[in-house]
Amino acid sequence: MSHNVQAPEKLTAPPEPSNRVSLGLSNRVLARPEVGALVAAVIIFVFFLVVAPAFRSPESFFTVLYQSSTIGIVAVGVGMLMIGGEFDLSAGVIVISAGLANSMFCWWFGVDLWVGALLSLVFCLLIGFINGYLVMRTGIPSFLITLGTFFILQGANLGVTKLITGSVSSPDISQMDGYSSLQKVFSSSFKVGSVTIWGTVLWWIFFVALSAWILQRTRIGNWIFAVGGNAASARAVGVPVVRTKIGLFMTVSFLGWFMGMHTLYRFNTLQSGNGVGNEFLYIIAAVVGGTLLTGGYGNAIGVAIGAFIFGMTSLCIVYAGWDPNWFKAFLGVMLLLAVMVNLYVKNLSTKRKVGLA
Amino acid sequence: MTDTIVEHADQHLAKGESLIEMDGVGKSYGAIRALRGINLTVNAGDVTCVLGDNGAGKSTLIKIMSGLHPHNEGRLTVDGNEVVFSSPREALEHGIATVYQDLAVVPLMEVWRNFFLGSEMAGGRFPLAGLKIKEMRRIADDELRKMGVVVKDINQPIGTLSGGQRQCVAIARAVYFGARVLILDEPTAALGVKQSGVVLKYIAAARDAGLGVVFITHNPHHAYLVGDHFIILKLGASVLDKKRSEVGLDELTAQMAGGDELAELSHELGR
Repeated sequence: MSHNVQAPEKLTAPPEPSNRVSLGLSNRVLARPEVGALVAAVIIFVFFLVVAPAFRSPESFFTVLYQSSTIGIVAVGVGMLMIGGEFDLSAGVIVISAGLANSMFCWWFGVDLWVGALLSLVFCLLIGFINGYLVMRTGIPSFLITLGTFFILQGANLGVTKLITGSVSSPDISQMDGYSSLQKVFSSSFKVGSVTIWGTVLWWIFFVALSAWILQRTRIGNWIFAVGGNAASARAVGVPVVRTKIGLFMTVSFLGWFMGMHTLYRFNTLQSGNGVGNEFLYIIAAVVGGTLLTGGYGNAIGVAIGAFIFGMTSLCIVYAGWDPNWFKAFLGVMLLLAVMVNLYVKNLSTKRKVGLA
Repeated sequence: MTDTIVEHADQHLAKGESLIEMDGVGKSYGAIRALRGINLTVNAGDVTCVLGDNGAGKSTLIKIMSGLHPHNEGRLTVDGNEVVFSSPREALEHGIATVYQDLAVVPLMEVWRNFFLGSEMAGGRFPLAGLKIKEMRRIADDELRKMGVVVKDINQPIGTLSGGQRQCVAIARAVYFGARVLILDEPTAALGVKQSGVVLKYIAAARDAGLGVVFITHNPHHAYLVGDHFIILKLGASVLDKKRSEVGLDELTAQMAGGDELAELSHELGR
C-alpha cells in the first residue's frame, strides 16, 4: 500500500543562486584568526623600532627570533591542544623534566646520552598519554588534571635532582658520550654574515608549517577542530574523539621534550626549579594568536605570531635600556593590548557589510 | 537528490532482507530504565516509524542503533550478526547513518567540513595525506542544492546558517554516507512545510533504493505518509506495533494524542 506513493520526481537544483555572494578579499583576510595578532605584532614592532635603537639591526632581530622559538616550539603543540578544547599546565615543567631525565639517567648509569634522550622521549610521551587518558577517562577538566601533573613534575624535578646530585642543579654532562652529536641536533647555530641563526628557529618554522598543514589540510586537523568545537557532535558522526585528544596531549609533551633537549644541550646543566610559569607563556602565545580559549578555533600561524610578540617584548625592553625588572609588567600590558587589538579587528571583520567588502 | 541515494546505496541490498533486528532490547542509565523489551525489525526497502511523546524513549532507541550508547539488555543483530556498538564509527562502518535531533554539527566549522566530518576524503590513507578540499566543497554544495538549500558560501561556519538549513545539511550528509540504513530523529521538527515535504521525499527515495529507514517523529501525519510499519513508545516500552495494513491514521493519531487516557480525560472533564 505504501508503495503506491509515487517515486519522487527528480528535484531540480535551483539555478545559479540569487543569494550567493562572494566575499571580497579584504573581508576574507580579516576573518582569519591570526590577523589581529599580526596587526598587534606590527604595532609593537614599530613601537620598539622607535624607542629601542639597539633593536634596529638584523643581529638583534634574529636574537628575537631565537627567543621567540624557545617559547614558540612548545606553543605550537599547546595551540593545537587548545584548538582541541583542552589545556596543559604541565607543559612548562615537562621541558625541565625531559632534560633532567636525560642528563641524570646517563650520569648515574654512565651510558651514552642518546640512550637517555630516547628514554626521556618515552617518559615525556607517557606523561602526555597519562594526561590525556585521565582527562578522557574521568571527564575531569584538563585544567585540573594537568595542574596535578604540573605539581607532581615540579616536585619530582627538585626531589630527584636533590637525591641524585645532592644539589638543585643537574650534573655537568658536557664530557659524556654523545654530547657533541646531540648538541648538533638540538642546539646548533650558524652564522650568515654577522647574523647568528639558531637551529631552533628553523625547527620552529618547521613545526609551525607542519602544524599549519595538519590543521588546515588533513583529516586529523578536521578532527582537532571538531573535538574542540563540539566533542559530542564529533563523536556522533564518527570522529575518534578519545584518540584525537590523547594524541594532542602527547604532541604537547613531545614538543616539551624537544625544548628540554635544546635547553639541556645548550647549557649542559639545568636548574631543577626552572620551567615554572612557562606554561602560561605558551597559553598566552596561543590566545594572542587568535586561538579561542574555549576551543574549536585558531591556527598555527597565529600561535607563531603570538610567540614572536612574546620574544620581541622580552628582549626589546633590554634593547630600549629599560630596567628589565619591569619585564613582566610590560609583558602584561603588551598582551592586553594584543588581545584587545585582536578583538577589535575581529569585530571589524564580522560587522562589515558584505557589499562593502 | 534521489540519484545520490541510488548511487550510494549498497548494491547488494535485497528488498525485505532484515538489516537490523532488536530482540528484547533495553537500556538503563544507572537506576533509570529508559527503554525495555523493544522488538523491532528494520527491513531493506521499508520505512519503520517510531512515534511517541517526549521522554518515551525514542531517542534512546536510536542512540542504541547508531552506536552512541550500547544497550544493556536483549540482543541487537545487524546483518545477521549480534553486535554491541561501542561507538558511532562502528555503526557507520555497517552503513548505518543517523540524523540526530541535535544535528551533531560543529558550529564554528565550515559547512563543507561539517558535511564530511568523520568521513573526510583524503589523497591517501597515511595520516598526513592532504584533504581533497575542492572536491569536498563541490560535493557538499551539490548535495545541498539537490535539497533545495543554497548557502551563501559553502565556506561559512555552519553556526551562521538557520536551524532549518542546518537540519538540511545533517540530512544531506546522512543520505550521502548512509549506504544501508538511514535513521532520522525528528528530521522535520525545525522545518517548514515545503522542506518537510522534501525530507519525506528523501525518505521515500531511500526506501525505493532499498535502504532500511527508521523515521522518528512526533507527527503521525508525516509518519503515515511514508511508513510501512509503526511503533509507538510510551514510558520506555512499546504500546503499539503494527504494519501499515493493520492500522489507520485515526488510530495512530488517537494513540499519539494519548489514546485511552484522552478518552478518560474527556470523561472526567465531562463536557
